Amino acid sequence: MPKPEILDPQGKAVQGALPRLGFTGVVDVRQGKRFEIELEGEVTDEVLAQVEKMAATLLANPVIENYTVSLEDGAPARSEQGAAR
Amino acid sequence: MKVGVVTFPGSLDDVDARRAVRIGGNEAVALWHADADLKGVDAVILPGGFSYGDYLRCGAISRFAPVMERVVEAAGAGMPVLGICNGFQILCESHLLPGALIRNDHRKFVCRDQLLRVENNRTPWTAAYDEDQEIRIVLKNGEGGFVADAETLARIEGEGQVVARYLEVNPNGSLNDIAGIANERGNVVGLMPHPEHAVEELTGSGLDGLGFFTSLVETALA
Repeated sequence: MPKPEILDPQGKAVQGALPRLGFTGVVDVRQGKRFEIELEGEVTDEVLAQVEKMAATLLANPVIENYTVSLEDGAPARSEQGAAR
Repeated sequence: MKVGVVTFPGSLDDVDARRAVRIGGNEAVALWHADADLKGVDAVILPGGFSYGDYLRCGAISRFAPVMERVVEAAGAGMPVLGICNGFQILCESHLLPGALIRNDHRKFVCRDQLLRVENNRTPWTAAYDEDQEIRIVLKNGEGGFVADAETLARIEGEGQVVARYLEVNPNGSLNDIAGIANERGNVVGLMPHPEHAVEELTGSGLDGLGFFTSLVETALA
């Protein structure tokens, strides 16, 4: 996610569009990115540390973005299930 | 001097940059993003464009191109490196320059002849200009808003690392109207507007950009 003090023009554009569609009461919108990373084998602390490193090195720019890494079990991803039906 | 111009997949202004290098009195050497060496050049330019389609973030993937390892090493050793537009974004992603460039605050692509003030003429890329000289060169970007945290911004200002500042209008929401910055040593410079498009009377807004390409010779002879 863009850091709170960094302007988020994309979020602002979405925020501007919502009232035009009749969605009221939205005070702020921030737009970020989500990466779904599939790993082989068991996710040990070591593997998780690798993913943290991926995030800090490439996936996020720590100068302007914060990130969190969370672990979810099982496949397929929810979006794929949605698309299949 | 031999000046390398790196072409990444998606670079647009590499040919113009090489031409500007030649018009500025130097030898242009084409470098490819996958090159493992810098072919003996004395300086490097990272040109404008949309390297790797600007995927992920502008410059984020280019930063890890093989040639960039060499560029980062050489910059650390004092080699002059100039990043224009997308090249500026790559230099920030590489942490060779502080801060970052984000989407223009007004969310539109901007293309205009932009007035700038060259505030730091002590870099190898700006030595041909007078201090506080005003120049007009083309600006064209979608993600040219320069941002940095308050502490970094204060340091850049305090150390005289602002190379160029926007005059008349702030075209993209850059903090403190910053158009270009240098690293602490001054050998690495990033600039959002495009001096390589202002080196010939026939095309572009004039000759105001030429100084970025003649400065190397002046610096070498100084």
